Amino acid sequence: MKQFFAFIKKEFYHIFRDQRTLLVLFGMPIAQLLLFGYAITTEVSNANIAVFNQSPGQFSNQLINELKSSDFFRVSANVHSKEELEKVFRTDQAKIAIVIPPKFEEGFYNREAQIQLIADGSDPNLATILSSSANAIIMKWMMKKSGNALPVESITTGVRWHYNPSLKSVLMFVPGVITIILMLVSAMLTSISIAREKELGTIEILFVSPLKPGIIIIGKVVPFIILSIFNAVFILVMAWIIFDIPVNGSIVLLLLESLLFIITALSLGVLISTVSNSQQMALMLSLFGLMLPVILLSGFIFPISNMPLPLQVISNIIPAKFYLIIIKGIMLKGVGIMYIWKETLVLVFMSVLMIVLSIKKFKIRLQ
Amino acid sequence: MESQNKVIVCDGLTKTFGDFTAVNAITFDVKKGEIFGFLGANGAGKTTAIKMLSGLLSPSSGKATVAGFDVATQPEDIKKNIGYMSQHFSLYQDMTIKENIRFYGGIYGLSRKEIKTQSKLLIKKLGLEAYENRLVEGLPLGWKQKLAFSIAIIHNPSIVFLDEPTSGVDPITRRQFWGLIYEATHQGITVFVTTHYLEEAEYCDRVSIMVDGDLKDLDTPQNLMKKYDKDNMNDVFLYMAVRSKYKE
Amino acid sequence: MLEFKNISKSYEGQEALKDISFDVKKGELFGLIGPDGAGKSTLFRILTTVLLADNGTALFNGHDVVDDYKYVRKNVGYMPGKFSLYQDLSVKENLNFFATIFGTSIKENYDLIKDIYQQLEPFENRRAGALSGGMKQKLALSCALIHKPMVLVLDEPTFGVDAVSRKEFWDMLKSLKAKGVTIIVSTPYMDEASLCDRVALIQKGKILQIDTPKGITDSFEKILYTIKTNKIYESLKVLNDIPEVSNAFSFGQIIHVYAENELNIEKVNNILRENGIEDPKIELGEATIEDCFMDLMVSQNLEEDGVAE
Repeated sequence: MKQFFAFIKKEFYHIFRDQRTLLVLFGMPIAQLLLFGYAITTEVSNANIAVFNQSPGQFSNQLINELKSSDFFRVSANVHSKEELEKVFRTDQAKIAIVIPPKFEEGFYNREAQIQLIADGSDPNLATILSSSANAIIMKWMMKKSGNALPVESITTGVRWHYNPSLKSVLMFVPGVITIILMLVSAMLTSISIAREKELGTIEILFVSPLKPGIIIIGKVVPFIILSIFNAVFILVMAWIIFDIPVNGSIVLLLLESLLFIITALSLGVLISTVSNSQQMALMLSLFGLMLPVILLSGFIFPISNMPLPLQVISNIIPAKFYLIIIKGIMLKGVGIMYIWKETLVLVFMSVLMIVLSIKKFKIRLQ
Repeated sequence: MESQNKVIVCDGLTKTFGDFTAVNAITFDVKKGEIFGFLGANGAGKTTAIKMLSGLLSPSSGKATVAGFDVATQPEDIKKNIGYMSQHFSLYQDMTIKENIRFYGGIYGLSRKEIKTQSKLLIKKLGLEAYENRLVEGLPLGWKQKLAFSIAIIHNPSIVFLDEPTSGVDPITRRQFWGLIYEATHQGITVFVTTHYLEEAEYCDRVSIMVDGDLKDLDTPQNLMKKYDKDNMNDVFLYMAVRSKYKE
Repeated sequence: MLEFKNISKSYEGQEALKDISFDVKKGELFGLIGPDGAGKSTLFRILTTVLLADNGTALFNGHDVVDDYKYVRKNVGYMPGKFSLYQDLSVKENLNFFATIFGTSIKENYDLIKDIYQQLEPFENRRAGALSGGMKQKLALSCALIHKPMVLVLDEPTFGVDAVSRKEFWDMLKSLKAKGVTIIVSTPYMDEASLCDRVALIQKGKILQIDTPKGITDSFEKILYTIKTNKIYESLKVLNDIPEVSNAFSFGQIIHVYAENELNIEKVNNILRENGIEDPKIELGEATIEDCFMDLMVSQNLEEDGVAE
């Protein structure tokens, strides 16, 4: 037992004396959370819109004011010809334009009013969001107008976003960031720290000592379990303070599930270290073997249901996918274990498999 | 006129890292075509001095010229005119002998024709004809060192720096390596060499001994042995290094 | 104390060790002398249980290193070739760590390392990475000794270390030997052979000879002459062309010439003079370990003249 604690003490010395490790450990969660929370956002606010008003008058001005007064748009250019409009798009002065045709004023009450929206399709995501936002505002205004003047026999659909009513993207990203950070800290740092001992040759002395291989592995892993749990809590607290995102479900359950996921990731890290002999190789393997699949295939950024079938199948072997379902369930929907026991079981199974594999592969000798 | 015969002129060259003076105002010359032995204990400042002379590190004070170029202001010109080889040989392990020669010939600006003739010559000199398409990885250490040296002088530099080139090499190959060094000096290349095999110091034309950043002495091996009344350079070195150690 | 029987080991088709057999007695200071790539580290790794041999057995105080590896690991002190300490831990933290994992404490075995560690004590709180080469070596030795091992296995402890630190290191080994520790040490420096009780000369995975240093030099079969000239390189060329000369090698300012039979000194003198070498001085000389090593290399055809297929 004394040996074990000496080993863990040594590991903490390594961690706290290496600035790079510390940066990954503590700088990364903050950077990622802020990055996803603020910069990479799918919400639209203050988007530039160009106005081509060919029928200046009472109604068209009202409509433009309606657009201006919303948080979504800011009129960045008033153009007077098609050519000018072209130029606005080419110089990126606006991503969307509203074209009010001649005779708009006259035709307004004859139901001949037609408005054209032109969006810059080079960024399809943004184009969709902008045009639907603009559309929504225009429709609302039309409703208001026609409600006053004449009856409308149209049916509109109202969509309400459950669990994330204001469609805040940060709500989606916090679980994703926690998943990435836990994977990164656990798998990458563990595999690098074992590979470093191989690279420096210190592993040879550890082999030639009464330390059991199990103790070496557990000694390597325990510090990162502690730090990862700390990290998860840290991100949750940050998300709560900065972005005002609460955990709807049980925090205890969330932490237990996180612990399970950390163990899965750590055993992956140990597995990686058994096949890499240098820190560089461990880093490459964890980055390309773990990080990219986690970001791309876990459902964090791209919905799994939209993927082609082969990728959907592959996504099933990615632990992060299941953890993401679990953590979203607990955080956003506030569900209990009853609703996520399947995913939990999958993670348990994966951990056991990888622990067995890595213990088998972790040699007590050099190759 | 005389300065043209000097490849290295070093005047009060100093390097400090914070409070620590790694190289303390060393002054010496290296003549064209000589084998200059640069001895010193670990941490005596040898590596720092070599880094300054090869333009990798700028001096804190003092002046030095290598092949006529100032180390502080013309490091790029120096790099073109020197060769460098260290104990951790600088060959690419995953490239063949021929590819290594071609690559280094290329970065030193040899023309395609020159590279072709040079590599033929070099491969023949080392007797590697049958192995020119072998990966460097599988070669014996001594071969690698001989090859690395030959490549370090492929662009016919005015001086070549050798940092412990023979460490760990078997005694026969080590002597063959020194044979290559002799041949290089006959081509007019100056050789600046460090070694832990002190009997090798006796192969040098002149030897300098650094102790704790200072250049303690500089002379021919014969004169040094006479001066300190020792039979070989090993004893001279031990005498000087130990004496300084216990003076503190 | 140590017995090697017919040990062979290959890496990817290359034979690193070929049928190695020898033993080391209790309390002996045994040297394994040979250049890099001779197979020294491989042999030590097999002995210290971190590598398995393809063939043959090794016994550590009567215990098989494969079946009873736990016994070996408890009782061996191993200093691998690479500097195997934690660079980011201080001197004291390193020593404490190794003491603890071997289930002991610095206090308990301080006697054994006292002489060595005292020199390190002023730098106790310095990180190992910031120590000079000689100091690192002393720390590594202290760490390998901290659990009072029966056998100390040192892989090229003096490699790349300057002559002064090397001398100090061998002095330390001598005093350890006096305390009853069995030591097996490898080195590429031939001059260190004379400091061992017995040595094995090893090249290309084969043992050339095993004996006491004196036994080895006494068994030098050829006649050795020393020649002093002012032109070493030119003289060597001339000498190696004389048919009666088996080999001529430089030893600093002196040339060693090996011959099967006595040479006609006058004749050699004349040949040298004819080739423009002034005033050569030829004398009979005594062989060193290095002479023996080179002669054995040549006669057993173990020069680096071929690439392993």
